[in-house]
Amino acid sequence: MTTTTTDTLGPPRTSLGVIGWLHKNLFSTWYNTILTLVALWFIYTVLSQLIVWALTAARWEVITANLRLFMVGPFPPEQVWRVWLVLCIVSTLMGLSAGAFGGTLRTFAVWLSAAYATLIVLDLLAEQARPFAAWSRQLAEGGASQFWIAVPGVVWLLVNLALVALGWYVARGRTRWRARLILAWLVSFFVTVALLQGYGRDTWLPEIGTNLWGGLLLTFMLAVVSIVVSFPLGVLLALGRRSKLPAVKIFCILYIELVRGVPLVTILYMTQIMLPLFLPGQLRIDNVTRAIAGMTFFTAAYMAENVRGGLQAIPTGQIEAAHAVGLNDALTTLLIVLPQALRMVIPATVGLFISLFKDTTLATIVALLELLGVGRSVLAQSEFMGLQMEVYLFIAAIFFVFSYAMSFASYRVEEALGVGKR
Amino acid sequence: MQQQQQSASPTAIPFWRDVRVLTVLSQIGFVILLALLAGFFYSNLTTAMRERGLVAGFDFLQRESGFEIGEALIPYKPSDLYSRAFVVGLLNTLLVSVIGIFFATILGVFTGIARLSSNWLVNRIAAAYIEIIRNTPLLVQLVFIYFGVFVKLPPIRDTLELGGMFFANQRGVFIPRPLPSPTFDTWLSFVLIAFVGAFFLWLFLSRHATYRYTFYPLTLPLLWLIVFPLLGWLFASQAPVHFEIPQRERFNFVGGIALSPEFSALLTGLVVYTAAFIAEVVRGGLQAVRRGQLEAARALGLNEAHVLYLIVFPQALRVIVPPLTSQYLNLAKNSSLAIAIGYPDLFNVGATIANQTGQPVPVIMLIMGTYLAMSLTTSLLMNIYNTRVQVLEK
Repeated sequence: MTTTTTDTLGPPRTSLGVIGWLHKNLFSTWYNTILTLVALWFIYTVLSQLIVWALTAARWEVITANLRLFMVGPFPPEQVWRVWLVLCIVSTLMGLSAGAFGGTLRTFAVWLSAAYATLIVLDLLAEQARPFAAWSRQLAEGGASQFWIAVPGVVWLLVNLALVALGWYVARGRTRWRARLILAWLVSFFVTVALLQGYGRDTWLPEIGTNLWGGLLLTFMLAVVSIVVSFPLGVLLALGRRSKLPAVKIFCILYIELVRGVPLVTILYMTQIMLPLFLPGQLRIDNVTRAIAGMTFFTAAYMAENVRGGLQAIPTGQIEAAHAVGLNDALTTLLIVLPQALRMVIPATVGLFISLFKDTTLATIVALLELLGVGRSVLAQSEFMGLQMEVYLFIAAIFFVFSYAMSFASYRVEEALGVGKR
Repeated sequence: MQQQQQSASPTAIPFWRDVRVLTVLSQIGFVILLALLAGFFYSNLTTAMRERGLVAGFDFLQRESGFEIGEALIPYKPSDLYSRAFVVGLLNTLLVSVIGIFFATILGVFTGIARLSSNWLVNRIAAAYIEIIRNTPLLVQLVFIYFGVFVKLPPIRDTLELGGMFFANQRGVFIPRPLPSPTFDTWLSFVLIAFVGAFFLWLFLSRHATYRYTFYPLTLPLLWLIVFPLLGWLFASQAPVHFEIPQRERFNFVGGIALSPEFSALLTGLVVYTAAFIAEVVRGGLQAVRRGQLEAARALGLNEAHVLYLIVFPQALRVIVPPLTSQYLNLAKNSSLAIAIGYPDLFNVGATIANQTGQPVPVIMLIMGTYLAMSLTTSLLMNIYNTRVQVLEK
């Protein structure tokens, strides 16, 4: 009886327990202990000062009072519903994608819903933080009661929440919808631009010039339009760089190396000043288009290098096999090489998009009112002088949330594709 | 096979389907298209420039600039030529880039190693630093550091002080300036001898077959390189360098090195930003060394120092150098954001020149050409170094 119990020892313990974990990870040696103590002191000093400042000294009303400016800039307040409508489209597509793709997109949909829920709570709790300050103010001027002032914002947020949930419910598990959804995202991009732009003067959708776009909206439009346009350009440049025709090859190499050798600011400055000189006099293009052109030229070169990486990773056997079944060069590239290469460069493209998204701040230097530009103009108002810390921290936080989410997604996609695991 | 076909029936492939002809034709077509496009742009440019009264050419460089530059490495006054102003900007860019690269490398390597630390807290702090910095735009960080921190430093009477040697206030940062002592020359000769000696020692030891695969070929010369100058210090009986500490006067600091708030903010921003990227590069490089390599090295009986020096570093360096190069280049290119905080770098001065002369086209060409030359030179140098590292690894 006793022998059997002593013979069958359990497996070695894999978990350490709290004390064991602490010992292994924080106090394993004498210098680790010192490091831990120094790190603790460092965290305490930084966090305590930051929290005390954020809760007592900081004047966050500069953010709440200018929330609309930060989000859409000088976009006409009575037309902001277009942006809200765009967000509804995004919510729906997000929900549908979460259902059809699952994985990271589902995580994102959950985050999006959480954001909506938080905004509802904020809207109900704090008058200052209301997402629809302009609308609410109109209602307030019309003599509406507190309850009715809060209603439109909350209803809109609830609708969005419902759209996400509904999309997920309808599309869950329908893997065959994936291709259609990608197409839908692309179409939604053009719908968005058309909706924001509008047409004519006295129509139901009056034209809003891009000079009135601003804030986070402009930041997104700059980044998304540039990446979408630079994608085909980058693919062409990458193919050109590997071309057997010397003239094409030299041109592509020159373009790529030239653009990658200079800072983005100089290119933005160039398109800002020289693009109007290069185009015929009667063709006038506005600031935003010029900035987008600059960013597109810039990104295309980097995109080309990414795509080239993907192209190089295709085994020669694939190309030889394609030739063996009788495909010519063009068809081989189109049907065999590109589909495989482009799938491989998805993570790198997300990385490029993140850096482009951050680089949109450079448009401030050529006087565009994107997020940072709005921040600077807010700081120029006399009542908000000297609040640089608050404003810039807020802007940095917005960028952080989106960039971090995207790099998280890219990491997950990378894992799913098995890149770097071979 | 193709030849056979051709010889059998020379007319089998008509020229409009002959690959060779098509290749040439398509290239000619491409070049003509490019030329047409260039011609279109050029004619537009000339019309536009004529309409706006702009002149081509670089004659303006020989005119008097007439504007002040806040800080310059070479003597500069508004009555100097535009070309000199341009050089002042270029030198400022080079200054901030070189110093920035130096400190970013140190901080980056340190953070990269901290990111791999077995100490959970240190590891997490490094990770938080890297993620926060990498996921926010550099420009936001720069304006935050400049307008949020350096501009808001206290006035002179409340100067911040560190160890009685470093000072910071609204006027900038003041640090001690190293100055040579009277015995500096004696000491310098010792250093030179040390370098020559170390080189020959290294040559001798690395050729010496017995020591070839040990730790010594580099340690002994390095030790020598440290010990001999110390001997020189003792011999000269005086420190070779003494520090001139900034002194507080009524309205400003005198002595020491005065760093303007713009320069300090730009340098801080660039270093902090680039170091986060370098840290990831270093981490990736160290992690790229396979576990089996470490285990094999230990199994052979190498101690930890030997494992690092002989096994890990050579292999890690091979992975690290190419991305590190692009980070250095990024730092140099990112220094052009100086315009947002008013540091007179190449781009900032160039933009001022373009505004004043009203000749943006040649000025932009000049700026872009200069950046391009800088990038190409750096990547050339780093490529040479890279080939050396690759050979060393074999």
